[in-house]
Amino acid sequence: MSVRNDFDQLVDVKNGFISREIFVNADIYRQELDKVFTRAWLLVGHESLVPNPGDFYTSRMGDESVILCRDKAGEIHVFLNSCRHRGMKVCRYEQGNTSLFTCPYHSWTYTTDGKLQGVPLHRTLYDGVLDREANSLVSVAKLCNYKGSIWATWDKDAPDFHTYLGDAKIHLDQALDCRDGREGGSEVIGVHKWVFPANWKFAAENFLGDTYHNPSHRSVDLIGIGPSAAAGKKGRRDDELEKAKHVWISFPGGHGVHSAIQPEANEYIESFLDNPILEKYFRHCFEERKRRLGEQARLLPFVGTIFPNTSYHGRQPRGLCAWHPHSPTSTEGWRFFLVDKDAPQEAKDYLRHYYMRYSGPAGMTEQDDMENWLYATAASTGTIARRHPFNYQQSMGAYVTDHPLGGEVSTQVTEQIARGFYRRWTTYMQGGDWNELLGSPASNRQAAE
Amino acid sequence: MTTTVQDKQPAAAAANAAIERTAAYYRLKADVEDFYYHEADLIDDRRFRDWLDLLAEDISYFMPIRRNVKFGQQAARENTRRGEGMSWFDEDKWTLTKRVEQILTGVHYAEEPLSRITHMVSNVQIKAVRPDLDAPRELDVTSRFLVYQNRVEYETYTFVGRRNDTLRLTEAGWKIARREILLEQNILMAKNLTTFF
Ligand code: FES
Ligand SMILES: [Fe+2]
Repeated sequence: MSVRNDFDQLVDVKNGFISREIFVNADIYRQELDKVFTRAWLLVGHESLVPNPGDFYTSRMGDESVILCRDKAGEIHVFLNSCRHRGMKVCRYEQGNTSLFTCPYHSWTYTTDGKLQGVPLHRTLYDGVLDREANSLVSVAKLCNYKGSIWATWDKDAPDFHTYLGDAKIHLDQALDCRDGREGGSEVIGVHKWVFPANWKFAAENFLGDTYHNPSHRSVDLIGIGPSAAAGKKGRRDDELEKAKHVWISFPGGHGVHSAIQPEANEYIESFLDNPILEKYFRHCFEERKRRLGEQARLLPFVGTIFPNTSYHGRQPRGLCAWHPHSPTSTEGWRFFLVDKDAPQEAKDYLRHYYMRYSGPAGMTEQDDMENWLYATAASTGTIARRHPFNYQQSMGAYVTDHPLGGEVSTQVTEQIARGFYRRWTTYMQGGDWNELLGSPASNRQAAE
Repeated sequence: MTTTVQDKQPAAAAANAAIERTAAYYRLKADVEDFYYHEADLIDDRRFRDWLDLLAEDISYFMPIRRNVKFGQQAARENTRRGEGMSWFDEDKWTLTKRVEQILTGVHYAEEPLSRITHMVSNVQIKAVRPDLDAPRELDVTSRFLVYQNRVEYETYTFVGRRNDTLRLTEAGWKIARREILLEQNILMAKNLTTFF
């Protein structure tokens, strides 16, 4: 593998050109795993997947298998799913409850807090040599339970998760908070996992706020699959944001969001014409949220990507995605679908149906995304293709840095969020320190003042 | 490790023993096979609206997600369940009709240009007949499928699995009232599920 250090040339955000190499090149891919995925905070799962002591859920971080586990004392851990002896996966079940992870290979056993417990013939074969403490399952360096969602990093020097999120926090919050404005309170009602032949960054970039790709969803918009579709409404979602002002924000840490701000007279917009019970429930949530949050209730999330590979849909179809790299041209998508834990059964049932028809490989909307990501990747592998960078010149310079929401805020569809994402990606690839990786938001603000 | 839940024999398998392999059984089986071959033709010939006509108005069309579970937990936990949580499909005729309408817009890029698809159906067995073989009105039928999809140039997927159907006899012939599709995959090894099973 050759180590590259020409990232400043490959990623030219000033002029708006990014080399196709970063989407298809195997050396760059290996370097991404080393430089990005061992340092950034990654989404691992959700506490509702491991509600009880001894519960575990097998997840991924980057291209590696990890175990999300709640130990006997109730504390949550994340371990590399690989035995310290010869590397066998200690857990090949997706989810369950256990008091020990028993390695199938030579039967070393590990407790739910990752400690090596049983070593067959320990006394005869290892006495005085094997240090059990030093042979625990490899644990992540830091872990954060953020409003129920579980995040982790392998870098002990990484800042805490709140600092890492920066001003992107209130946008992600809206995916994780209850519909009526209470903090947290979500649960995962199911997980989709699938493999698609595209570079992981296509998916991450899509959810940063690539609103420009709307035309690729024309087929669902024509037929109507939203919560008022049976009542004759076209489109794929609802009309909730029809009067809102949209904002696209690039944050210094590389995160990007597309959110919306409702007009001052923040009135409920009927969105569930197909079901009066839901209409009543969501109207109630809307009014409650407005009462609780006041002015702040005007901010509604849409989509976003938390650098590097976690995306969310904040309203509908609500969920968190992790885009796990498999190879330069292959990605494993995981989507954790969310509802309010205490939502009425009728609402949960409606939402899961809507999520299924909208999202992922069986979803009518996202099937078309996957088609785009695949062929954009495939048509960029050629020698000639690689000589010609992608164009990222959309809405150059069309943003402000003095907006109360922080970051670089645009009120028009923009690739500034993508430029911001790749600018930060470059810093990771160059091995930047954490100050640089966070993009020192304070200095950005000062510059604007 | 975990509490062991005894695997239960599926009800259909128990019923199997009850149906005697008489001439009437084989006649009915041939009839059902014919129906499945016709159904496969409609999908593979892209006659999607005609395919919808084979579905009962109250159809439940379900493809669970298959999970890796500990021995003994298969019956209780291997498959996601109809009517709760997230599966690949858990839908009704309205949604299936939407899927057909979407393909027919001509701008559903995941199926535009259309994929080349062949459905093979085999291992057909009638597991239950209601009320009886002399005047069958409703059947529980199990089968296997092998679906080959080739898309654009190089994209190729093979989907293999089982189907558990309930077929209902109407004035217009057999209709599918209930279909469970067990795809033999855990993580979906395909970018999309744009065909019908
Ligand atoms: S590899 Fe796990 S005990 Fe040997
Ligand atoms: Fe999309």
